[in-house]
Amino acid sequence: MKQLFHLQINGEGIQVAAPVQKTLLEVLREDLGLTGTKHGCEVGECGTCTVLIDGKPVLSCLMLPVECQDCEIVTIEGMSLAGRLHPLQEAFAELGAAQCGYCTPGFLLAARGLLEGTAAPSRSEIEQALAGNLCRCTGYLKIYEAVELAALRMRGLDPVT
Amino acid sequence: MTTNYKIIGKPLPKVDARAKCTGETKFADDLFFPRMLFAKLVRSTQPHALIRGIDLSRARRMEGVKAFLLGNELPIPFGILPVSEDEHALCIDKVRFVGDPVAAVAAVDEETAEEAARLIEVSYEPLEPILSIEKALATQSPQIHDYAAEGNIHKKVALQFGDVEEALGDSDFVLDDLFFYQGSTHLPMEQHSAAAKLESDGKLTVWSSTQTPHYVHRAVAKVLEMPAAHVRVIAMPNGGGFGGKSDPFSHEIVAAALARKTGRPVKITLTREEVFYCHRGRHPVLMRSRLGINKDGTITGLDFQTILDGGAYGSYGVASTYYTGALQTVSYQIPRYRFRGARVFTNKPPCGPKRGHGTPQPRFGLEIQMDKAAERLGIDPAELRLKNLVQPHSLTANWMRVGSCALRECIEKVLQGSGWSKKFRKLPTGAGVGLACSAYISGAGLPIYWNDMPQSGVQLKLDRSGGVTCFCGSTDIGQGSDSVLAYIVAEILGIDPLDIRVVTADTDLTPVDLGSYSSRVTLMTGNAAVQAAERARAILFDAVSVKWKIPKSQLIAGGRKIFDAEDPAREITFAAAVQLAEAMFGTIGTVGSYKPPASAARYKGGGVGPSPAYSFTACVAEVNVDVETGIVTVPCIWIAHDLGQAINPLLAIGQAEGSVYMGLGEALMEEQVFRRNVHQIPSMLDYKSPTTMDMCNVVTYLVESPDSNGPFGAKELGQGPLLPVMPAICNAVYDAVGVRIDEIPITPEKVLKALRAKNAGKPARFGPGEFPPLDFGEVRIVPPPWEGGDGTAVKQPPAVFRMRDD
Repeated sequence: MKQLFHLQINGEGIQVAAPVQKTLLEVLREDLGLTGTKHGCEVGECGTCTVLIDGKPVLSCLMLPVECQDCEIVTIEGMSLAGRLHPLQEAFAELGAAQCGYCTPGFLLAARGLLEGTAAPSRSEIEQALAGNLCRCTGYLKIYEAVELAALRMRGLDPVT
Repeated sequence: MTTNYKIIGKPLPKVDARAKCTGETKFADDLFFPRMLFAKLVRSTQPHALIRGIDLSRARRMEGVKAFLLGNELPIPFGILPVSEDEHALCIDKVRFVGDPVAAVAAVDEETAEEAARLIEVSYEPLEPILSIEKALATQSPQIHDYAAEGNIHKKVALQFGDVEEALGDSDFVLDDLFFYQGSTHLPMEQHSAAAKLESDGKLTVWSSTQTPHYVHRAVAKVLEMPAAHVRVIAMPNGGGFGGKSDPFSHEIVAAALARKTGRPVKITLTREEVFYCHRGRHPVLMRSRLGINKDGTITGLDFQTILDGGAYGSYGVASTYYTGALQTVSYQIPRYRFRGARVFTNKPPCGPKRGHGTPQPRFGLEIQMDKAAERLGIDPAELRLKNLVQPHSLTANWMRVGSCALRECIEKVLQGSGWSKKFRKLPTGAGVGLACSAYISGAGLPIYWNDMPQSGVQLKLDRSGGVTCFCGSTDIGQGSDSVLAYIVAEILGIDPLDIRVVTADTDLTPVDLGSYSSRVTLMTGNAAVQAAERARAILFDAVSVKWKIPKSQLIAGGRKIFDAEDPAREITFAAAVQLAEAMFGTIGTVGSYKPPASAARYKGGGVGPSPAYSFTACVAEVNVDVETGIVTVPCIWIAHDLGQAINPLLAIGQAEGSVYMGLGEALMEEQVFRRNVHQIPSMLDYKSPTTMDMCNVVTYLVESPDSNGPFGAKELGQGPLLPVMPAICNAVYDAVGVRIDEIPITPEKVLKALRAKNAGKPARFGPGEFPPLDFGEVRIVPPPWEGGDGTAVKQPPAVFRMRDD
């Protein structure tokens, strides 16, 4: 039995009909074609499916669409605007923070959630904020560096690289 | 390194970096086709049993169910190695581990398929389960596979290079140690997924998250009994592989068979639990190592024995077994060497190749033993290693041909960087440092199935626009192989990597590359790309030299132009040069291919270990050990890796850091363990892997010693830097608290047990207590190069006529 949901995704109002028990992750990927959001476990263990809900990183595999009808949802597809990458995306690409790239959307959104609250995070704050996201390729270090570089640039401090 | 390279050696972003940061990159499970069905596998709930019946009746009644598939519909076996084609797409009469696929169902959506799979009832007649090395050795019957060498021993190997017993007998002392390396799994973030579609002309396409599309191509065609020319396999970008997606898998073949059966596209995406069952991860290995050494620190001989817990199927296991004995000689000069290994079958998910494939385990043992030897000699463990270093451009006792080698420089870098001389045996109790080294192959000298063809091919198409398309079968699993192709072609043609469209891993479109395993891609596809690009450049130079009436040798390509070296103002754009050449010679396309040089190891069993080039790594780990809790923390690891030449130092450091990360996980927490015949932890929450809160700082040194066999001198990097991490951490734990942990992972419990043993006056150690008596069979005797051998086995050892000079 499908139900009609009214969702705000990446700044657009979207109506989608889906079974009520289908997770936000599944609806994004399967019903809306937003496959940039990935899955690694479907039970809230890996952070790969992270999206922003009202600016906060949330695991979309643990959310139902019915829970976020009055919320602003941002997925990786909504991170770049008019073909311009978000500074975090630029920095991740530049510094090799994405190897296989599968966990990358989740990390980017978790990092964006951090930077929206903390403009100049310390290394330890970055580690804390990303502790729920697993990456098997990078050893996280390039990810930290990319978050730090993006944070600098977003504060208008563009280091010469 | 001073070179004039424009692109090689520069820290450029990957060619696909932006796509991976926008969600644009499509992975296998991101594929959705109109009318696509979703399939699920029914997996065995029994570790070892005969299948007595499969009842589909309840599942058949479900609305939305479109097709079933059972094992007897696909009776042809497959497997990655021709010597162990022991898997079926779905088990026919017997299951061999909890998770073995038994039946499949396709339905209109995933939920329906899942529910239908739950309703399929399989009845079993249980057989005695075999879950350990000891039980496998002790159980003649039932056999997990009837093709085993004997009982449940899959394979036995025994190789001897010189009279080891004599060497050990003549040594000032012999260390005799046991080690155990627990198994671990790859845990790629992406779960395996495969989609398949039959076209109306009868041709089949399979999209898969595989590291080896060529082998999947062969397996699908074989099992489905289709002409291979009508099967197309496309490897999608892998969301992490680490060796776990290198075998052809049941779900790939089943998706293809169901697509054929239903005439509709079919996709199977594994759950995380199923990924644990696919496994092919690190073999648990029990080891005994006897190292002969003289008072002056010279190694006299090594006698190494391994028993591998292989799990339920062959996979790469025969190669894994040989790899537990192949590379000990490639880091240190070992004048006489004997290796005996055996792999047993057990009722657990099959083991296979995980990053380092069969070499982290023996390396773990050897490097701890080197530490113990140095302790016994009263010398610095770095000094002991430096004294015994393998020489560049030499042959080892087991006939591995070492090319460039900068292991000495690697050791020096990590000693200096870590402040070793101020720390070793000098830090307060609870803090310590440890050193370890390693060597790894840059691709295997021989292909997996015997053939004389190239291991890698590259094809270039030059367009009038100045754009170049580069076709290659290699598969990007995140390591950056697409980028390496673009950098190399761009460097040689003098254009920008962005001018190149890289088309890879498609068996219809791209020349064969054997796949992303054994650290082969940069060297092998790189060499193929060099050849193809040089041929393309030669065509352009031909055309320009005719037009300008100057010799070709006077031409230079760079900056999207071709110049006259004598008169740099004279130039033609790259695009104009292509047009000129096309007008003269017709459509411009070239090919390049690569086949490794013949190996010096000509004895049976010498097919594993030879490589066109070896990488070398040195590692210092610093640890803190809490003596109350046994918890080991690692603040920093220094890693120096001889990679020949960095094609891109940014990506190279990323590979080194990622290797250290994975090594850290294996050292401290990752383990694939079983209880009551089932996998204890088939979930990401319970299978502990390092999070940001566990990761250490890493200081990486890229050491360049160009090897003449590598493209621009490049050697491997993706696996080697993992190898020394685990023993370096163990050696650091010893430095910190004086106990030996001869077993991976180093859990707090093991540290506490060892500390308690130490405090009770018992041996200050945690590790295996015995090595089961095992007849490894007849030893193949191969004289080492310095004892007059020619790389082949002999019946009797020849009289020694010449010892090594030193």
